[in-house]
Parts: sequence; C-alpha cells; structure tokens
Amino acid sequence: MNNGNEKISGSEALIRALIQEGVDTIFGYPGGAIMPVYDALFDHLDKIRHILVRHEQGATHAAEGYARASGKTGVCMVTGGPGATNTLTGIADAMLDSTPIVVLAGQIATEFIGTDAFQEVDFTCVTQPICKWSYQISSPEEITWAVARAFFIARSGRPGPVVLSIAKNAQVGLTAYVPQKVNYIRSYDDDPEIDMSRIEEAAAAINSAKKPFVLAGQGIELGNAQDEFRAFVEKGDLPFGCTLLGLSVLPSSHPLNMGMLGMHGNYCNNVKTNECDVLVAVGMRFDDRVTGNLETYARQAKVIHLDIDPAEIGKNVPVDIPVLGNCRKTLALLTERLSRADRSEWKDSFEAYRREEYEKVIRKELYPGSGPLNMGEVVNAVSEAVGHNAILVTDVGQNQMMAARYFKFTSMRSILTSGGMGTMGYCIPAAVGACVARPDRTVCAFTGDGGLQMTVQEFGTIMEQKLPVKLILLNNSYLGNVRQWQQLFFNRRYAFTHLENPDFQMVASAYGIPSRRVTERPGLKDAIREMLETDGPFLLEACVAEEGNVMPMTPPGQSIDNMLMEC
Amino acid sequence: MEDTVLYTIIVHSENFSGILNQIAAVFTRLQVNIESLNVSASSMKNVHKFTISCKTTPKNMDKILGQINKKMDVINASCYTDDEIFQSEIAMFKISTDEFKNSDDTSRLLRGYNTHIVEVTPDFIVVELAGSSEAINSLYRELTRIGCAVKQFVRSGKVAVTASPLEKVSDLLAKRAERYKDRLQ
Ligand SMILES: Cc1ncc(C[n+]2csc(CCOP(=O)(O)OP(=O)(O)O)c2C)c(N)n1
Ligand SMILES: [Mg+2]
Repeated sequence: MNNGNEKISGSEALIRALIQEGVDTIFGYPGGAIMPVYDALFDHLDKIRHILVRHEQGATHAAEGYARASGKTGVCMVTGGPGATNTLTGIADAMLDSTPIVVLAGQIATEFIGTDAFQEVDFTCVTQPICKWSYQISSPEEITWAVARAFFIARSGRPGPVVLSIAKNAQVGLTAYVPQKVNYIRSYDDDPEIDMSRIEEAAAAINSAKKPFVLAGQGIELGNAQDEFRAFVEKGDLPFGCTLLGLSVLPSSHPLNMGMLGMHGNYCNNVKTNECDVLVAVGMRFDDRVTGNLETYARQAKVIHLDIDPAEIGKNVPVDIPVLGNCRKTLALLTERLSRADRSEWKDSFEAYRREEYEKVIRKELYPGSGPLNMGEVVNAVSEAVGHNAILVTDVGQNQMMAARYFKFTSMRSILTSGGMGTMGYCIPAAVGACVARPDRTVCAFTGDGGLQMTVQEFGTIMEQKLPVKLILLNNSYLGNVRQWQQLFFNRRYAFTHLENPDFQMVASAYGIPSRRVTERPGLKDAIREMLETDGPFLLEACVAEEGNVMPMTPPGQSIDNMLMEC
Repeated sequence: MEDTVLYTIIVHSENFSGILNQIAAVFTRLQVNIESLNVSASSMKNVHKFTISCKTTPKNMDKILGQINKKMDVINASCYTDDEIFQSEIAMFKISTDEFKNSDDTSRLLRGYNTHIVEVTPDFIVVELAGSSEAINSLYRELTRIGCAVKQFVRSGKVAVTASPLEKVSDLLAKRAERYKDRLQ
C-alpha cells in the first residue's frame, strides 16, 4: 500500500504493527501522552475494536480476562503518569498468573524526561520488576521492532505481561514502515531443550508407582496441552487434582478429576498428596496456598515436575525428577512410554475422603434446608442452570473459593480468577474482557460486596458495550474472607470487616443494568432463570449468610492434609 | 538460619541500558547486599559481563540465579564459590612522597607486597596492588599498623575466571541458534 519511502507517523506505525500482530481489540483510556496514538487508531476502527474502560486498572484486568478466555494476547492502552501507574496492579497480577498482556503506555517526549515534567513517571523502571519485559520506545524507528518483540515475549515460553512506554516524540516523529517479525531472541530460551533421560526416568517412576497422583496446573492450558494431558492421565489411569487456575483443564466430571487442591480444596487431594508414592506436577508452581506447610508436604513421594520455567523447578518443593520443557511436548513423550494401567484400588481409596467431605461440608453448604442462603448453593444452582458450560469469572475472597469449589466445567479456558495476587476488583473488568473475547459463551461472574465496589466503575463499560455479563453478587455484608480468619484466628474480633453497603440494585439501575435481589431459597431458581433469559447484562444480588465460612480449610502454617471440616 | 556463603556470580547480558538496574533489583528484593560489582565488555561484541560477589544462603542463591536468568536480556548467570574460581581485584594507595622516602618500613612493606608504582609527584605517590581481597586488606592493615597515613585508598570490583572449563558465551549462543534454526529461516 505504500512504497518503501513513504513516511508515516510513529503512531500510525504502532497501529499497523498491532494489526500485523493480529490485535483486534484494545482496552484503553486516553490522555495527553497517548493522544497521537488514539488519533491514529481512529482511522483503523474497522480492524481494531477499542473498548473504553472507566479506570486503567480495569483495562489491565479486562485484557487479562480477554487473554485467558481467548488464548490470545490481551492489549491495553493508557496515557502516561497516573494512567500508567493505575495499571500496576493488573501488570503484577498478570505476572503472577502468567497471563499474556501487552500494556502500551504514553510517555512524555524524551527531551523532557528527567525534568519532572507534567505526568513524568519512570514507568519502565517501575514496571521492570513486575513484568516479563519493559521497554521505552524513544524513536519512531524502534516501534515495529519493539511491538513484534513485545508480542513474542508476552505469549511465548511462560507467558506474562510486557510493557511498552512510548515517548511522545516517537509517536509523532516520521518513519518508514518496516514490518518486523520476532520469533527468536538469543538471550531467551522460550522452548527449552528436553532432556530425554529425564523423560525415561519419569516414565519408569510412574510405571512402577503403586499410588501415583498428578497435580494439574494452568501451564497445561497455557501450553495448549489439554489433549496431551488427557491422553497422559487416561493411559496411566492417573487420578489428578487441579490448582485454582487449572480447574478447567479437563471437564469436572472426568472420572480421574478429583477436584481442587490446597487450602480450600478437596480433602481427598490433600490427603493423597501426602500419601502417594509418585507425585507428578504439571505446569504448576507449588504455591503456598496449594502446599501448606512445606516441611510436611509430600515428603514420602518421589516428585516429578514438568514445567517450562527452570526457575520454578525445585523452588519450593525438592524435585526428584525435573522435566524441563513445554508440557505439550513432554507430556506426549511421557505418554508414549507409559504402560496402560488400571489403578482402581488406588482411585477407590479417594472415595472415603470424598464422602467425608460431602457429609461434613458439601451437603450442608449446598442443601441446607432452612436458614439464609449459602454462597455454595447459589454457585451450584447457577452452574447447574448453565449446564456447567459457562466461563466462570470470580473476584477474590469467599466468593472466589466458593465459586471455585462448586462451579463445574465442561470446556477449557473456563476459569478466570486472580490466583497469585488475589486482586480484589478483578472480577468485573475481567468479565468485560471475557465477554468481548467470547461472545459465543455465557459468562458468569461471581463477586463479593467488597470486591464489587473496587471496580464498580466498569458497570459503565458493560453498559456502553452492552456486554451480556451475568453478574452474581454474593452479598454477605462483610469482607467475608478476612472476617472468617478473624473468627478462626483472631478471637472473633471483627476489626473493620463489616461493610455498610449501598443499594446495589440502585447502583445497577443507574447504569441501566437490570437486577434482582434474592434473600430466600424459594426465589433462587427463578431469579437465576430470569438472569439467564435476560438479553444483555444482569445483576443478581444474592443475600447470603453473613457469617458463612469456606470449609474445609487448612489453617495457615499447617500440614496441607490437616483440614478443618467445620468451625 | 542457614549459614551464608561468599558467592561470585558471573552474568552475561545484552548490552542494553537498564540491565544493571534489573539485576540489582533482584538483590534488593531478597535484601542481599552486593559486596563487589564489576561490569565490563566481554570477549564477545555487544555482550556485557557482570561479576558480582555477595554473601548469602544457598537457598537465596538459587532464587537469585533463577530470577536473574529470567530477565529477558540476560544470556546466562551462574555462581561459584571461592574454590571454584581464580579471582583478583586492584587497589590503589595514595601515600605522601615524604613518608615514602623517609620511612624504610613503608617502602619495604610496599615492595614485599608486589605493588607497583603508578605515579610519582613531589607531593604523593600512587601505588597499585593487584591480587586477592585478603592481600589488599592485609596491606592496608599493615600500613595502618606501622603508622603510614594512606591519603586515599580505592579498590575495584572483583573479576574472576573459573577453574573448570566454562562454556564460552559465543559457544552457548551458537548452540542455541542451532536449536532454533527452523525459526531463524
Ligand atoms: C485489593 C485487595 N485488598 C485487600 C485484599 C484482602 N482481602 C482478601 S479477601 C477480602 C475480603 C473480600 O470481601 P468481599 O469482596 O465482600 O468478598 P467475600 O470474602 O465476602 O466473599 C479482603 C479484604 C485483597 N485480596 N485485595
Ligand atoms: Mg463480602
């Protein structure tokens, strides 16, 4: 379209480079230091949809939600200074949860950098410790290279956030458009060499195991290795538990899927972790919410760890057989070498613990008969109403743990939650991203009364974009998760955890979002039906037991199998 | 608390701005002090070399290396204990010329340590000692002990070569390029 000599602005080059990377959606918020790019974007709205958020933190979580639901890289665009610093929480969140996003931030012209000019923040320096790569573009010639490099880094290897700060002079300066492709960086080993002797060792260990147990992490989804994982566990007849972020790697109903791991996970999994003879961790990082006390974690087991990030192997848990590499490849190599097994006896041994948890916790949570609504029963009723086939988005706190425990999945990329950071306020903007990414799927977003108020401004985005988010507010009038800890570990001293809340229905109606409040059991099913039948967004406020607790629970610092069943 | 060990870390990186800051931040995060730091060009064009020494626990060292290696523009980082490397640093001592001339003890001491004179002016002389940290410490201590007033004293960061054959960065990069050659076409 242009001969090589035509000069275009850096901003125009930036937009063309984004289009070349396959970007079709940007979540953003304009401001002085990014205006030339917004102006260039205005000519390309046939190719790129821009979603105007209401706060830059919202843009980052929306980009995260978009990335997690679609498998593509999420993009957000903000101005410099405060617009840029507002993205920090989302960048750190994406880093801990390995979510590929690219943050494009405006920056003042290079000649003013270092003078404390209006809205000057050393954003590259501030973001370097919390992202995969952060770079300041200082001239228009660098733009296509930096964009290509940013997208390659964000999505390859262990994915993560990348930040590009674009100096004003690079936005307005003229340059020839020279398209760039980056698929190799010599200092970056994104697809580590597989050590075949480790594959042989691991296969032999699994083949001779009597009681093998598998831990499934989000790495399986990030590596697009669902099929390989399924073949692996099925051939070896290997029961597995999932991390919070790994919950949708295989359907919840898969006979080998034993549910969630960790502090509020399924009891059988934590018991079996400390009983198995071989523990195979796939694309997970032994977070302390999964392991509990490391001194007593899986000490009896031979540990095999499959991961693409060498820094994860042996970081928390000593590993006997490290299997470095892309799990899509390593799982396939392992499966070839597995002997078909039938481990009925071992699998059946999970049953007693499942039954114990069902009797002591699940039955009461889901089918209480009388008293106020429970969070778990609301989650379960919604999950059933959507045939366990929706995308789940959660906020953080009790609502998150209850949703993770009782929402069920049938397809991959179906759980969007802030795992590593535990960022309250993640839910609403992440649901925006999910709705934009997957208009073909139902998006059920569970939030708490605390978390909703942290990013409630994104109701405006939902309204403007007419996004069909099914938002379920589990209102307990408390910062429930913290209150639960106060009850259990601080003598019921409820310091600043009770919330004086607004009328959430009025808030929703101010944004034109239809809503309904349920306080009693008989109305629940009908309210859910109304929510799902309504075109567009809907807020279902479920007023739940104020002092409900998430059980079972491993108290902090305790051995992971030492779970409280009631309190 | 685990015992701390004195480590020397050798890092090769691209020659981009801001890498020192990123590497330093890894130490800040773990609250580990850098004892000595040397940054210079390496034998390979556009590749920079950092030699960093610090005292920390083996466990922290694993984290430090993991995090440094993760930095996008770091090519590789590895660590060594004292028995695995030969190391050297340089110190310069500025001493008054009168003192040097008039004190036999001072000149004898300086000769004994294999120092060499870098500069002589009517006011002061500058002597240089290249060697181990211990030799430098010891010379400084002895000069103080015999009452020699050292007007200025500086020492460089340590540099080190490994006792075992260290894979050259150029070879490492060549091997990596070979592994990814399908993409490079
Ligand atoms: C931004 C942020 N601030 C504080 C916390 C600490 N925190 C974790 S859970 C929680 C309570 C959340 O309350 P609510 O949103 O009502 O959810 P509930 O636990 O009641 O379901 C708090 C304050 C956090 N995780 N994130
Ligand atoms: Mg609450």
